[in-house]
This record gives sequence, structure tokens and C-alpha cells, in this order.
Amino acid sequence: MREIHVSAITDAVKKLCMEANLELEPDMLRAFDRALQRERSPAGKQVLQILKDNAEMARTKLIPYCQDTGFVVCFVELGQDVHVVGGGLDEAINEGVRQGYKEGYLRASIVRSPFDRVNTGDNTPAVIHVDIVPGATLGIMVMAKGGGCENRSKYKMLTPAEGLAGVKEWIIECVKTAGPDACPPLILGVGIGGTFEKAAILSKKALFRELGSPNPDPQLDALEKELLDRANRLGIGPQGYGGDTTAFGVHILTYPCHITSLPVAVTIECHAHRHKDVTL
Amino acid sequence: MSVTTAPDGIKEVGTPLSDADVVSLRAGDRVRITGVLYTARDAAHGRLFPLIERGEKLPIEVRGQIIYYTGPSPARPGDIVGSIGPTTGGRMDKFTPALLKLGLKGTIGKGARSEAVKEALKLYKAVYFGAIGGAGAVLSRFVKKLEIVAYADLGTEAIRRLEVENFPVMVINDSYGGDLYQDGMKAYAREDA
Repeated sequence: MREIHVSAITDAVKKLCMEANLELEPDMLRAFDRALQRERSPAGKQVLQILKDNAEMARTKLIPYCQDTGFVVCFVELGQDVHVVGGGLDEAINEGVRQGYKEGYLRASIVRSPFDRVNTGDNTPAVIHVDIVPGATLGIMVMAKGGGCENRSKYKMLTPAEGLAGVKEWIIECVKTAGPDACPPLILGVGIGGTFEKAAILSKKALFRELGSPNPDPQLDALEKELLDRANRLGIGPQGYGGDTTAFGVHILTYPCHITSLPVAVTIECHAHRHKDVTL
Repeated sequence: MSVTTAPDGIKEVGTPLSDADVVSLRAGDRVRITGVLYTARDAAHGRLFPLIERGEKLPIEVRGQIIYYTGPSPARPGDIVGSIGPTTGGRMDKFTPALLKLGLKGTIGKGARSEAVKEALKLYKAVYFGAIGGAGAVLSRFVKKLEIVAYADLGTEAIRRLEVENFPVMVINDSYGGDLYQDGMKAYAREDA
């Protein structure tokens, strides 16, 4: 049994939170460059260029890319041969968020109750999903999830009769209703199958795949490309000012489902797609 | 102060705004704002609204002013402000017509507004500007001074008075019913989408 002390988890989460908000991952920067090459709209091009400059300024001047430094969504892959010692896993993660948001001058955006709306002051707690996996390592994936785009995320239970065609139409409908509000260019995380909650979790997890990389399943890869092309034909464009770049990518994960069901969840992610991961 | 057009084609606007300033702005115009902006988002609007309903005095004078929907991130030592991009304007739709009726001339956010707000922009002569969502680091550089003027307990959602120079925005909804989001989408939509 390999022991991992909670302090190592706290340190890792703290670092990931700070880095995620200040340094966009290379896959995002490449997406801006690809879009700049094909965007026809002058206003859209200008937005893309400013966002690229914004990423550079965030990195060099240590000012968060977006003032909404997000709800920390954490996916943990805990090896079954790992023993976490010195405290609880959730508290170790939350302590990392607490330290990272304070020391990184990141915004506290979480309220303690949906009703009294009092800010917790340190951006805790995180939303934590844990999977137990074979092995003796601990993987931590962190996303700083913006609220504006999250508000446009959707779930729908389709019928098996509606099938693939129904799934496609509804995903495109999600892009239309997200419109300019969710800070396009968007990335769509899509979870299809499972149950109500499984589809939603898959739609978040799908966002961690490297942007621009193919889906390992050739059929899903073709579906992603078709949906991305259709999304970009809507004309919404960067910031909704009109243009060819409404979305940077569509990432789909699927799971077996019940004979009665065809659940589909879409997490809407903005261009401030801040994700980092580490393996301990 | 009047609206002028700079050699680069961008309109330059100073605050406070008059009706004459507002009617010279059209959807799709690029604009640089110099002067004062007040920040307010969900929680601050939630406190202002009951005061308006009761006809009580607001903690800020809104006549002729611009409200910027934003909740900045904390400033690092030596900086005026942290990241300060716009939040979604539509969440303030419920409160906006009442503020426009009091003489508010502009709001800055991102994302679409309701029909009621667009009608109120026409009725009371006001404009909705878009700043680039997610460009909070770049936008921080146009803020020259910041002070909290009300509801400090709300943290990032407190009302702040910003002094800005050449703050870059686009006119999304003008006082004639013009809508950049609708025009832009129509111009680039392809039939087979």
C-alpha cells in the first residue's frame, strides 16, 4: 500500500488552481491560432486576437485570464493501492483551493447557501468527483469552471425513438440558446447515456480531453466533427458579434443506458477553458 | 461631453452621458469610454431594487451614468484592480428598466438582453455596451482608479466607482432597437446550419 500524505494533495491542488487561472493550456492557445486563420468576421478576428493577448497578459502580469476564476471542479482518480494519510481527501482538496485562491489573488465566487447567498470568502468548497481505479497513483484533474457558461449547460432525457438525429438537433439547440451569453467560442462537453447524473458527470469529464485531439472512437469522432461544423455555421461567432467561430470543439463521452432512456447532458464551456492535471 | 469619432473610426465617449450622446451611438459601433463607471452585479442590484421600489435615495447617483456588470478579482499589491471583465447582462434584466427610468444612460455587460430591456433602452434613451467576456486581464489596464462606494460587505459584488480611460466596448443594443447580436449572426449564418 502506497501512502500519500494529504499535504501533497493540498499542495498539488493549490498549484493547479493558480496555474489554471493564469496560464491557458497550449491546446487553447492553438485553438485561437487555428480560428484566427479561418475567421471571416473582422469583429470576430479582433476578439480572438484580444483574447490571445489576454492570455499572454494573464501569464506575464499574473492577472487572471477572467475575473470569474471559477468553481473548482475536481476529478480524482484514486488508485486502489493508495492510502491517503494525515486527514480526509475532500478537506485536503478544499485546503488546496483555499490556499490557491488566497495566494493567487483569485476571486471568491462561491456562496455557502443557494438561498442566503453569503460568500464563503475562499472559493471553497470544490465540487469533487472520485473514481477508484487500479494502481498506486493519485490523479487530480482541476477545472476552474466559469459561472456564465455553466448557466447555459443543459440536460434532456430523449426517447430511444428520437435516436441519434434527436441527439444532434438538441445539441445544436443548446449552442443556439447559449448564444452570446456564454462567451463564445465555446467548447461543448457532451455526456450521452447512463442515468440522469451519469450523463451530467460525463459531460464535465469530457472537457478534460485535449482540445483538437480526435475522439478515440471513430464514430464519435465523426459525430463531434459534424456537430462542430454545424455549430460554426450558426453565425454566432466570437462573443456573439457574428462570425465563423462559435465553438472550438465538441467532446463526447458515452455510457451504456437503460432500454427506456437516451439521456444527454451538455456542459457549456467558454473560451476561458482553464484545466490542469497532475499525477501523484 | 459629446461623442467624437477618432481617426481610427472608433467613437470616443466621456461620462456622464446625455441623450444627445446616446442617440449618436448605433449597434455595432466600437467605442472608447473615458470617465466614471459604477460596478454592480446580481447582489448589488438585489439591494438597489427595493430602494427604487420604495422611492428611496440610492447610494450612487445613476442619472447620466454607466453601470458595468462586473465582479473583479482582487488586486495584487501595487495593482489598481485584478481581472475585470463583464458578467452576463441578462441576469440584471429584471432590474434594468427601473434604473433606466431613473436616468441611467448605459450598462456594460456581455450576452443578450430581454425584450423589456431593449424597449426600455428606446423609451428612456440609453444604450447597452458589450465588453469582451473573458478578457479581464486586458480590460484591467484601462482602469485608473477604483474605490468601493457601497455594500463593501458584498466583496467582489460591492459597488465600486471606477475611473477609466479609453475603456473599449461595442454597442450591442442602441436606443433605436438596433441589436448587434442579431445583425452579426444574420451576416455570418450559413443556410445549412
